[in-house]
Amino acid sequence: MIRSLAQATFNHVPIEFGSGLSLLVPGLSLLAAVLCLVFAAMRVKSKLPAWITVGCLAAAFGAVVMLFLNIAGQVRVVEAFEWINITWGDGPGQAFVANWSFYVDNLTLIWMLFVTGLGALIALYASEYMSDDVGVPYCRFFGAFSLFVFSMSCLVMGGNLLVLFLGWEGVGLCSYLLIGYFYKRPSAVAAAKKAFIVNRIGDLGLLIGIFLTFTHFGTVEYKELFAEGGRLGEYVALMKAGHVDQIPFVVQLIPVLFMIGAFGKSAQLPLFVWLPDAMEGPTPVSALIHAATMVTAGVYLIARMYPLFLCSSYALPIVAWVGALTALVAATIAMAQFDIKRIMAYSTVSQLGYMFCGLAVLSSTGGVFHVVTHAFFKATLFLCCGAVMHGFAGQLDLRKLSGEMKIKGWGIVGVAMLIGCINLAGVPFTAGYFSKDMILAESFVTPGMAPIGWILLFTAGLTAYYTFRVFFRVFVGPVEFHPGDDHHDDPHESDGSHAGDHGDGGGFHPHAPGWAINTVLATLAVASILAAGLYFIDKQDHGWVGHMLHSSTAEYEGAAAYLQVEHDPHAVDPHMPDAYGQAESGGHGTFLGLDPHKVMYYVSAIFGICGIATAFYLHYQGRTTAATAKADELLPAFGPVARWAQHKWYVDELYDFAIVKPLWVLAHICYLIDKLLVDGLVNLFGAVPRIFGKTLRPSQSGELHGYASGMAMGLAFIMLVVLVLTIRAGVGS
Amino acid sequence: MMLILAQSAGGEMGAITLSHYLFVSAAMFVIGMIGFLTRRNLIIMFLCTELMFQAAGLALIAFGRFHMNHTGQSFVVFVLTVAAAEAALALALVVLLFRTRETLSAEEWRELKG
Repeated sequence: MIRSLAQATFNHVPIEFGSGLSLLVPGLSLLAAVLCLVFAAMRVKSKLPAWITVGCLAAAFGAVVMLFLNIAGQVRVVEAFEWINITWGDGPGQAFVANWSFYVDNLTLIWMLFVTGLGALIALYASEYMSDDVGVPYCRFFGAFSLFVFSMSCLVMGGNLLVLFLGWEGVGLCSYLLIGYFYKRPSAVAAAKKAFIVNRIGDLGLLIGIFLTFTHFGTVEYKELFAEGGRLGEYVALMKAGHVDQIPFVVQLIPVLFMIGAFGKSAQLPLFVWLPDAMEGPTPVSALIHAATMVTAGVYLIARMYPLFLCSSYALPIVAWVGALTALVAATIAMAQFDIKRIMAYSTVSQLGYMFCGLAVLSSTGGVFHVVTHAFFKATLFLCCGAVMHGFAGQLDLRKLSGEMKIKGWGIVGVAMLIGCINLAGVPFTAGYFSKDMILAESFVTPGMAPIGWILLFTAGLTAYYTFRVFFRVFVGPVEFHPGDDHHDDPHESDGSHAGDHGDGGGFHPHAPGWAINTVLATLAVASILAAGLYFIDKQDHGWVGHMLHSSTAEYEGAAAYLQVEHDPHAVDPHMPDAYGQAESGGHGTFLGLDPHKVMYYVSAIFGICGIATAFYLHYQGRTTAATAKADELLPAFGPVARWAQHKWYVDELYDFAIVKPLWVLAHICYLIDKLLVDGLVNLFGAVPRIFGKTLRPSQSGELHGYASGMAMGLAFIMLVVLVLTIRAGVGS
Repeated sequence: MMLILAQSAGGEMGAITLSHYLFVSAAMFVIGMIGFLTRRNLIIMFLCTELMFQAAGLALIAFGRFHMNHTGQSFVVFVLTVAAAEAALALALVVLLFRTRETLSAEEWRELKG
């Protein structure tokens, strides 16, 4: 029945605008990936793979823009080809249909806009950044890069959960390939494996969630799942009416499982350990995959499945707490790190926590808006760190770099870094400020979520501090630099320039970024600033993102609801899910008795500026060398806490002790069982015929007369038997 | 004549009966077998196998005649034909073996030892 329905729908869909364009996005990126592989096979020794990738991704971006201009606000389901179609009866739920289809709505468009746009820009950046590796590694890099964009487009455009899952695994694979790009470095290989394995844990949750979705709803296609009048719609209505207890337990469990998947991919608290290690990959990869796009797949998943999450009384509160704690923990770790790329990595983990909180406090707009702004400014920050790393021979320690902005040729990097930093720190009127603000305000509005709001507010202060710690240490202050160990890109330098050298690096000349890096940084910096404008477009819908989400699955009426509530603060919000305990708290929350929407602009600005001021005082004022700052004098006051934070709260060690070691022991026990019991049994079966053969082998002497006498004796024996039998028979008769 | 002899088997004393033929056949077979087991010369051993062959053929003919059934006899004609072909092959093999080792002793060949 479902099968025939689906087929009927597909067969009679008229060719609409956008079908071809939607196919073009994954098609172009796949084409680029295939071409790069061909180039690798042909051992192309030029920058051709980079230009192909940039061209294809830019064309894909163009296609997405065309789609956005023409079909924004509508839903397009594009059937590429039939993939899985199994029926075992005519009843409902007796068919499993998962075709290779794309489901393009506004939520998809938001993601595709920044994935392809940033993809093209970062590919351009990488064309210069990776120029030391021109040859097969260059092709390999861009092949995996394009494949990533392909997988990501399947993830966000997929028309059913199975295509999403394929994309989900595809981006995981590309992430693994690119983290392990420098596969001769053991730490890179370990980091790649770690990322892959930790992600598997989350993927298991996602997979079970998909199974349960099918067993309960009888379909994995979005267009059937989210169809009006479907079962999911009934559950949402039940939830809105305050009867969460009437929703089956399975339906409440599915979002929890999806959530585990999202926590793995988006590096949230129990599973965040892989992301900082993923910085072993080349920096453009960190910028695109591990900051802007792939790690936001978890946010996408929750936004896509938002109606389902609303039906569960525990999924969103768990998401909120995990997100808030992740934001706080990652920010504290980032404060104590010295490697600027790692600081950015922990910052990403922390900001992802904000995005989850945004979704969890019923502000899907805030969460997704933060995804968009974060994509721009975090990509900018990473690419600036990459430019530093590229120029100073791999040096990333903020104690060994200082005042880089004053060196000739580093102006654009410095300004771009500053723009990224003010966005991340939440300086008023920047894009990051508005998006973070929306989440903060909403967490005070949503009943029962005030503690989350306080944690996030405190974290905002920490964020401002660690962000500007990097900026004040590395980009301003006295000029000083010690190059890193990566000498391969500067064959002319003298021996006196090794790390640990004092002064300005002896004969080392920093390698200022070229046109490609500067262009990309300038573009991204401008885009990060302009992203603030998104907040003012379509203001009545809470900005452009809110307007976009209005006609997508992430739509939630909460935003509209509190507009009414603002007039009557004591009214019970009729749109708040029962999970948030509206009965007890009585509707609209307040911030210390004030309206969060109005007051939060000032409060979060104060927290941000306090953080920046602290960083200014501790890391800029009176600093004369790169290695020391006033902050060092303060460290003893914190006792061991600072050291614990520097060691990432020993989470890796804890996991090593609590999970890796026991598993290792278990694995060895299994190995022994396999070796002794299983192999022993198999060997026994082999040994019996062997011993048997060994005993009988001497009879095969190879001598003709031996065989002949054997045959003669056999004959004699048979004759004897015949004779005896004949005589007996004779006697018997 | 054989018909008369066979029909009168166990009748007149001194007549040649089936048993006589069988005794001759058995004797030929045992002589062949003993020769095969005791001699080391490949050609002699081959001749001994031929002897056993003919013993079997003789027994067949005798039984065929005894049962007044021509199948046994016609069978022996085929056996003789095959034996002739086989003798040619076997002798050629013996020649080859001799050329390899320059001896006819069967003890020189024990490659099939397990």
